[in-house]
Parts: sequence; C-alpha cells; structure tokens
Amino acid sequence: MREITLSQAVNEALAEEMRRDETVFIIGEDVAEAGTPFKVLSGLVEEFGTARVVDTPIAEPGFMGIAVGAAMTGTRPVVDLMFGDFIYLIMDQLCNQAAKTHYMSGGKLSVPLVLRTNLGATRRSAAQHSQSLHALVAHIPGLKVALPSSAYEAKGLMKTAIRDDNPVVIFEDKLMYQDKAPVPEEEYLIPFGEANVLREGSDITLIGTSSMVQVCQKAAEILGSEGISAEVIDPRTIVPLDEETLLASARKTSRVIVVDEGHQSFGVTGEIASRINEKAFYHLDAPVLRMGAMDVPVPFSPALEDITVPTPESVVENARRLVHGEMIHAA
Amino acid sequence: MSRAKAKKSNVDDYLRMYRQMARIRAFEDNANQLYLSAKMPGLTHMYSGEEAVAVGICEALRVTDKITSTHRGHGHCVAKGAEFKEMFCELLGKEEGYCRGKGGSMHIADQSNGNLGANAIVGGSMGIATGSAFTAKLLGKDDVTVCFFGDGATAQGLWYEVMNMAALWKLPVIYACENNGYSEYTRTDEIAAGSIVARAEAFGIESHQVDGQDVLAVNALTEKLVARARKGEGPFFVELKTYRYHGHHVGDINRDYYRSKDEEKDWKENRDPIIRFRSWLVEQGIANEAEIDAMNAEIADDAKAAVDYALAAKYPDSTEVDMHVYTDVKHALARGDAR
Repeated sequence: MREITLSQAVNEALAEEMRRDETVFIIGEDVAEAGTPFKVLSGLVEEFGTARVVDTPIAEPGFMGIAVGAAMTGTRPVVDLMFGDFIYLIMDQLCNQAAKTHYMSGGKLSVPLVLRTNLGATRRSAAQHSQSLHALVAHIPGLKVALPSSAYEAKGLMKTAIRDDNPVVIFEDKLMYQDKAPVPEEEYLIPFGEANVLREGSDITLIGTSSMVQVCQKAAEILGSEGISAEVIDPRTIVPLDEETLLASARKTSRVIVVDEGHQSFGVTGEIASRINEKAFYHLDAPVLRMGAMDVPVPFSPALEDITVPTPESVVENARRLVHGEMIHAA
Repeated sequence: MSRAKAKKSNVDDYLRMYRQMARIRAFEDNANQLYLSAKMPGLTHMYSGEEAVAVGICEALRVTDKITSTHRGHGHCVAKGAEFKEMFCELLGKEEGYCRGKGGSMHIADQSNGNLGANAIVGGSMGIATGSAFTAKLLGKDDVTVCFFGDGATAQGLWYEVMNMAALWKLPVIYACENNGYSEYTRTDEIAAGSIVARAEAFGIESHQVDGQDVLAVNALTEKLVARARKGEGPFFVELKTYRYHGHHVGDINRDYYRSKDEEKDWKENRDPIIRFRSWLVEQGIANEAEIDAMNAEIADDAKAAVDYALAAKYPDSTEVDMHVYTDVKHALARGDAR
C-alpha cells in the first residue's frame, strides 16, 4: 500500500469531501495561498477557489462565530485554527454557542462544523504554541473530540467529522505532519467511538491518545523484549469514548496506564482511569496509573521541555513497576 | 411620528404592523405578570417600549430571511412570526415550547420563521448572524440576515471582528443596534466612547440612524436596505434610538440610581410607539378607535388563552434531560453511571 504523510492525508480528506459536498468550505488564517504554516492545505485553493478556501483576518472569535452561523444555516465549515493554544480565544463561540445550540433549541438547530487544530509539545515553541488542550473541549457536552494518531487515522476521522451533524474538534499532532503511514487509495471512513487495539497483550494495557500512541507502541516493544506483554489501545475519539473496549482490556490484563499529552491534573488520563476504576475495580491488580504532561506551562528550553511529556522510557519504567507489584502510589 | 401619508395599497401592511406591535406589548405584559405572580421559573427581560424596532424591521423581511436575537428577544420572536402558545410554553419550561422547554426566555429559536435564536451572551450572536449571511453568499441565495443587538453589545470585540469580515466580503447582513440608552444598569454614555455610528463607518459600512419609536420610519429605511443587501450591496448598520420601559430584567424594580421616573414617564407618555402609530392610523382614516379597540381586545384574549394553555401544559419527561445533546445519539448519557 502507498504511504503518505499525515499532512497529505488531511489534505486528501478535505479535497475528497469538498468534491463530494459543495456546502463544505474551509475558513481560517492563511488557509488559501499560504496553505497554513504547516502547508497542510497546499493546493486546495487552486482547486476550490477563494470562495471555499477562505482567508480571514487574524480574528479567531470572529471567524469561529461566522462558521457557527454558517453551519446553522446549511453549510459545513471546516475551521482552521492555526494552533490549539488559540482555543482560549474562541471559547464563547465554541462552548457557549456551537456546543449548546442543538440542545438549547430542543433539537431544531444543529451546527455541523469541524474545528481543525493541533496539539503537542517538544517543538521548541514555548508555552503559547505547544499546549494539548483537548480535555478542555471534551469537558463540554455537545462537542465531539477526535485525536488521530497516524496518517491513516487522520484521513478517516476527518472524513467522518465533516459528515457528522455535530460540532467536532480534531486535534492533529503537529510533530506528526511529516510522518508517513500506509493509507489506501480507496475511500474509507473511521467511525467515531471505536477504539483501535494496535497490539494485543496480557500483562498490562497501555491506553495512548494522539501523539502518545507511538510512545506506547515503543514502550510495548521494549516491554516485550523483557517478557512483559503489553496491549496498546488508541481510543481515536475521546468523545464519544469506546468504554467497552477499554474496560474489556482492563479486565483481561488487570493493569492499566493511561498516557495523554494534556496536563495530567483534571485531564483525559484522570477521566479514563476513573471510569476503569468504577467499572472494572474487581478485575484490577494495581491502581490505574495516569501519565499526562507535567502541570507546568510548556517551557522553551529543550533541557526543560523534553522532561514535561511522557516518553517510551518513562512509560516502560512505570509499567515494570506495576507488573512487578512495586507501585502502590505513583506521582 | 412620521409625516408619511398613508398609501391605500398598504392598508393591510399598516394594520399588521399595529397588530404585531400590540401583540408584543400584550405578550410582555403577560410575561411580566407570570413573573410577578411567581408562576414563571427564572427571570426575563422585557421588550416593552421597543416594539417599533422589531416590527419595523421584521415587516421588511421574508420568512426565509434570518434574524439573530438577544436576551431581550421576545419582541424579535413575535415580529418574525412566532405564536404565543409555543412562546409561553417555552417561558414556562413546557414540552410544547419552541425549544421543548430547554431554552427558556433567553434562548427561544424559531427556525421555521428564520429566527436563529435569542442569545444570553451579550453580543454572542454577532458571529452567527454574519455566518448566516456568509451562507447566503456561498450558496448563492438572496436571503438577508438582520443581527439585533443592544447598545451594551457594542462594547464587545466580536462585533468589530465580524463587521470587518462582513465589509471585506460584502455580506448581506444588517447590524441593527437597539440603543435604549442603558447597558444593563449603566447609562450608555458611560460605556461608549465617541460615536457608535462612526465605529461601523470606520469599516466602510454605510450607516444610518433612525427614530426607533417610529415604526414607519424604521420600516421604510429597512425596506430599502434589505432590497440593496439582496443585490449584494451590504452590509449595513442602523442605530435605532429607543427605550425600554422596564428595568434590565423583570426583577430590576428600584432603578432610581441609574434613571429617573420622570424620564420613564416622558418616554411612555410622549413617545410610545404604539400610541403614536395608533393616532396616525386614525388620523389617516385607516382604522377608527372602535376597530383598534376590538383588535386590542382580540389580542388580549389570544394572549390570555395562550398563558392558560401554557400553565396547564405538561413539562418534558425527565428522560428528555440527555436528549438533543448530539444530533445522532438519542440519549447521550450511559445508563449505570453514578449521578
């Protein structure tokens, strides 16, 4: 099968959906000729024109609000938010307007909108261009949240998101844009709420999201060489969350580590760990462990930044302890 | 009042404008009574006094044209074609309300008439209105969207962002600022530097000021702007000077600290949009006093019947609580989770 980058996969997904449905359009800063700073959208304006690949002023709340109104009246906007950190700027439009419109109108209005943005540290971009803020969005009822972990996932999830009648936020890992993976030429969609078991195992379950799926895969390889059999699961979407697959794995292996690049406190790791504790408690041999990003603003210096996020080595270290019954309590 | 001479061909339009203004006043009088008698959950914001704004504008719109409304939104909702029964049911949180009781006074949306909804965030619908106009342009429709907001909302940054884009892209949107002189409990001249009209003009947007108590003047201006917006000559801005008779909300009773009773009396007695338009109708021979009294009595009966209906109507079933969170999931919450 051919291999393409995550960036090309997203580009293909958008182009295919824009060809299929003329109500789909892209709106954001430098999305047209510039194709975004990451060049993910290169070539789209040439095919679809500036009416459907719409460059905006630097006014995130404004273009997000326009997208919400456009979605309510018969179009399917894909909003390009250059950095995930800018989500703070659009909170009212995303959380008070888009997320609640269907509910507040008793089901009469809907907001079929996709917000494309990114996450991920270790790119030496400091505290305002490196955050992983998907937990903030996942906290708000009415929004769906997808976290692609490869080019294959990015394409299938984007196509599903565009066809979804709800507001969907997709966080791409900006370090992964140039990573290649096998992606079929034929059309495919990846349904929301279906976790992907990447590797089966019997001693411990590693649940990883987005950028942390590769970290978990590498950790599982190292653990395998030491005779520890690790299962690796990518939930793909955290809203909706495929609880059944996660619980079944926890019941099977009896030990779980949840790895996610958002801040550890009050985050995705805590939520998933809690659900497993509530629903699989009697099957567990150890506390479910959370591994998120350090609860500090992302520092600039490489010497500091690299220690703020989970690594294959730190996951392996914690997994060993859990499997050997050493860990009662982890920090 | 407008010195306009009545046109024979417009008699039905004049009577409908009067009826719609009287319906808004009747709706608000009943809503206020529901609040005062503790029959309504929560609180609400009265539109009384501003009727000529909503009616003058909405009478210039088609059903397919869109509006976005505010927390003070009952007037816009009635003027765009909503029914009393579904509105009172919504105010009381009943299943037959426009939003099945899930929105309440501050979130009534009536999609069938192009009302994209009231909004409880001041200025919160400015993006939505502009986006609705964007849809019209993208899909090649000639729908026009009117964005209603108050003077208080002109302090929100969002307005400047979306006006900029509306002007750049020539979107068919009319920004209608209902300047009632008060931003909640504060005089507008204390929160607004310079001129509000000049702010829209700074984006190259053609701007107008009109007496918001004169329904004919509001309507005549809006008719012209809507026709031009349909042809791609928008956006436009209109500042409508008006007055709210009640406080910021129904519970804002003692308001001497921000405005005088004399001032309120002056607006109610000398500039009331309904009284003024009624005199004009009689003066121009369009209706006589007895006919207008009969119309008012019929509206009062309709309102009372709708209130009685809503009071007796049923609340939504508790199983509705997690419905309509997502379009494709009947019940959003997993059974068995602790509550």
